[in-house]
Amino acid sequence: MSNVPRSRPVEARGGAASGPIHHALLLLLLCLLMLPVGAQAQGERDAEAIALLEALDVRAYADKARAIEAIVGSDDPRALDWLQALLDGRLQRTEAGRFVVVLDNRGRDWPVADALSGEALGEMSRRELDRIGINNALRNQLRSAIAVVDLYSPDLDLRRASAERLLGEVDADLAVPLATVIEAETDSGVRQRLVQALAIYRLEQGEVAAVADLEGSLHPRVRVALNGAANGDDPVLADAARHALNGIEQMLKLNRAAETLYFGLSLGSVLVLAAIGLAITFGVMGVINMAHGELIMLGAYTTWAMQQLLPGQPGLALLLAIPAGFLVAALAGVAIERGVIQFLKGRPLETLLATFGISLILQQLVRTVISPLNRTVVTPEWMSGSLAINDALSLTLNRLYVLGFALLVFAALMLIMRRSRLGLEVRAVTQNRAMARAMGIRATRVDILTFALGSGVAGLAGVALSQLTNVGPNLGQNYIIDSFMVVVFGGVGNLWGTLVAGLSLGVINQVLEPWAGAVLAKIIVLVFIILFIQKRPRGLFPQKGRAAEG
Amino acid sequence: MTPSHNNKILAASALALSIAGASAAQAQDADPIRIGILHSLSGTMAISESTLKDTVEMLIDQQNAEGGLLGRPLEAVVVDPASNWPLFAERARELLAQHEVDVVFGNWTSVSRKAVLPVFEELNGLLFYPVQYEGEESSENVFYTGAAPNQQAIPAVEYLINEVGIERFALLGTDYVYPRTTNRILEAYLQEEHGVADDDILVDYTPFGHSDWQNIVAEVRRFGAEGKPTAVISTINGDANVPFYRELANQGIDAADIPVIAFSVGEQELTGIDTAPLVGHLAAWNYFMSVDTDTNYDFIDAWIDWTGDEEAVTNDPMEAHYIGFNMWAEAVRKAGTTDVDAVKDAIIGVTVPNLSGGYAAMMPNHHITKPVLIGEVQDNGQFDIVWQTPSSVAGDAWSDYLPGSRDLISDWRAPLRCGNFNVATGSCGGSNAAAEAEAALAE
Repeated sequence: MSNVPRSRPVEARGGAASGPIHHALLLLLLCLLMLPVGAQAQGERDAEAIALLEALDVRAYADKARAIEAIVGSDDPRALDWLQALLDGRLQRTEAGRFVVVLDNRGRDWPVADALSGEALGEMSRRELDRIGINNALRNQLRSAIAVVDLYSPDLDLRRASAERLLGEVDADLAVPLATVIEAETDSGVRQRLVQALAIYRLEQGEVAAVADLEGSLHPRVRVALNGAANGDDPVLADAARHALNGIEQMLKLNRAAETLYFGLSLGSVLVLAAIGLAITFGVMGVINMAHGELIMLGAYTTWAMQQLLPGQPGLALLLAIPAGFLVAALAGVAIERGVIQFLKGRPLETLLATFGISLILQQLVRTVISPLNRTVVTPEWMSGSLAINDALSLTLNRLYVLGFALLVFAALMLIMRRSRLGLEVRAVTQNRAMARAMGIRATRVDILTFALGSGVAGLAGVALSQLTNVGPNLGQNYIIDSFMVVVFGGVGNLWGTLVAGLSLGVINQVLEPWAGAVLAKIIVLVFIILFIQKRPRGLFPQKGRAAEG
Repeated sequence: MTPSHNNKILAASALALSIAGASAAQAQDADPIRIGILHSLSGTMAISESTLKDTVEMLIDQQNAEGGLLGRPLEAVVVDPASNWPLFAERARELLAQHEVDVVFGNWTSVSRKAVLPVFEELNGLLFYPVQYEGEESSENVFYTGAAPNQQAIPAVEYLINEVGIERFALLGTDYVYPRTTNRILEAYLQEEHGVADDDILVDYTPFGHSDWQNIVAEVRRFGAEGKPTAVISTINGDANVPFYRELANQGIDAADIPVIAFSVGEQELTGIDTAPLVGHLAAWNYFMSVDTDTNYDFIDAWIDWTGDEEAVTNDPMEAHYIGFNMWAEAVRKAGTTDVDAVKDAIIGVTVPNLSGGYAAMMPNHHITKPVLIGEVQDNGQFDIVWQTPSSVAGDAWSDYLPGSRDLISDWRAPLRCGNFNVATGSCGGSNAAAEAEAALAE
């Protein structure tokens, strides 16, 4: 976590400049022309610099805001580094009054570097350091100041972030140079953003033509600006703004529907993942396994254990946890099947009670062996954040991955059940056990393998859930009811039913949630399922033919 | 030397004098003073509560190292109510009736406190409750060392309005008594004192352990995109916070746009989360680990040494236990006995140092004085204090913003000895006034 003060190589491309841009340009020039200066000149510079930094070390945030302005306005080449350090909360002061940049603020002793010379000063105790605090308002101010400089950066990502930042923050000082920047901008995305940023400013100045540049944009700041104009005094402008807003609102409605659908599918994919293992053990084999949730939990803990084994590589650990989670849960499943369930064949009530006991044992085992506290499973970088489809719709990546993973698991299971010998044998044994055995199928072996498969899939669900929810001893409890609900709703013994039931329950839940609330939405879904089962006791996709009667 | 050090020395020498004749061997032989610890060590609240058990054990150890109390050693009796509210009552009864403890430190959620309340009143026990809560309660047997709404929620909202300029509020909470009551008080406060319109307040409740936050976070994002400065006031409790903050980060809700101010999220809860995307989100407490005083650094060092974990964090309810424990010890010394009734009388007015450089005093209404601090989350999981009240605030058991509770005061000193004295009618309301306040809440 080092954040060494970086000096950014920057490229000056602006033309005539004033205000913040002007200062920023000066700053850039100085960065480029940092020639060796005489010792005396350097001394004077440092005295000025210390005065600038001194001004930051005050209590009132309003005074700090003025001090930041002074630093932005100064021509010191280190200004940008200071602002960045201040933004990160790493600009601090020693008891002796020296300004330092903290390189790593974890633990009791922190490595620091001098803020003026950049020279490393070794470690200091946090007791000796006073941090120059900022609040959200100052953070905004700093980000805007840094954004103006970043506008000229050769790094496309910095420019993109900067353009995003400037939306709604363009003032008279920035408007003139911004036009030149727009012309010089090579990336169309950044250019469009900057055009919108400038258009918001023009709109605020009462320019009707600016509305055309904003039309179709779904960004909330654009909508706010147009809303302001629509309620303004100028009737022509208000009319144009209202017209543009109508189009935007239409688009937003569509986006919102798409978003709800995505939320629903994402929740649904979690339900499918949790339930599909049960669809095999309960649906195909007819075993009521109350410890199914704990098998999910085992998968999640496997992910945690893998991350402990591979510190610093959460992504790799997560990928390795997929086969590992499957194996661990499958082995646990085999142990349960051999140890308990095989003796209770055809006695569903006893099976239910026995597996419920197992679920309690497994929970307590985890509590005693690992910890009653939740474990932290790290989300790898590539699963954090979201995929922006447009300004109003972005899909969170962790859930997108889980959705894809659920579909993959489902496809793999379908392949196994339909195309493999094991699948054939499983179907044979379920339809007519005696006949299958007469044909030379070893029914006991099939039982073990099927249960291992169902349990292993529960483990996979655990691996995925570790990215969405808390990994703790109670994890399984939260999903067992939902799993049974999905399997029963979908139709016992039908994998397609589980998929459709899971996804549709997810969507129904998310559609209801905004107006019913999270608690009520869940209740409504339960009531709906009860009514549905009254009407169609065999679920959405009942089994047909002889298998159904058996 | 700080005044707190002086105090400690004074207290220590007083103690030394009082047990002058008693030898160390006698102290060992003497009947131990039993201290009950009633915190969930498993279940959804374990994330928050289990460290409090360790805190009390550490405080007991420290006290024993100083020679115990009244020449008697202290002994911890730990039970695990497992985040199961009815089980809290059973465990409390076990502590009081079976283990015959002299005092209990425990509970986190209000629903668990409500569950044990009748037990403590029936068996005349002593409970020190260390967590911020919704108020509207005053029991002769309970000492509330956490914040009442006027020591946390109301100042936090004032900060948002006056310093940040927030005009719209999303009140998100877990579905139980603390968030519901706090949000009712806040709604009334926002509407009456600041004229906030109904449209500008969004209220949403979720169950314990909720993990699917996508819809609610998206709703907040839309709620905040209307042009007015918006903030979220979160009374979300327990481990549901982890997926909530993760979803906030994933949906890109930045503290500079929509700050979230939390009343139940401290350093401990943040240890499970990558805080880099959360920088700038707020919490209101009466103590932060980042408080820059020597007493605090001493406490932190002691805690790290005790847990043996370099990364161990301290938080507000831990400070509340620190204060509560010292107050109780001081009261026991003052009363010269651990007898519940004597300690109850002796403790009112007891003043002990807190960890933020000031003092906490036990008020007649069994609440204590506290400074209010607002902190912003930093990328190292700590809070940076951005605002604090100029002086300590005394806890108010009955809110001034709710009908039915406005006229009530609580004073457990003789001769009043009443937890809900109605100043309008001039009578001790008995259970009536409390029932009325509750009815007003339910309406």
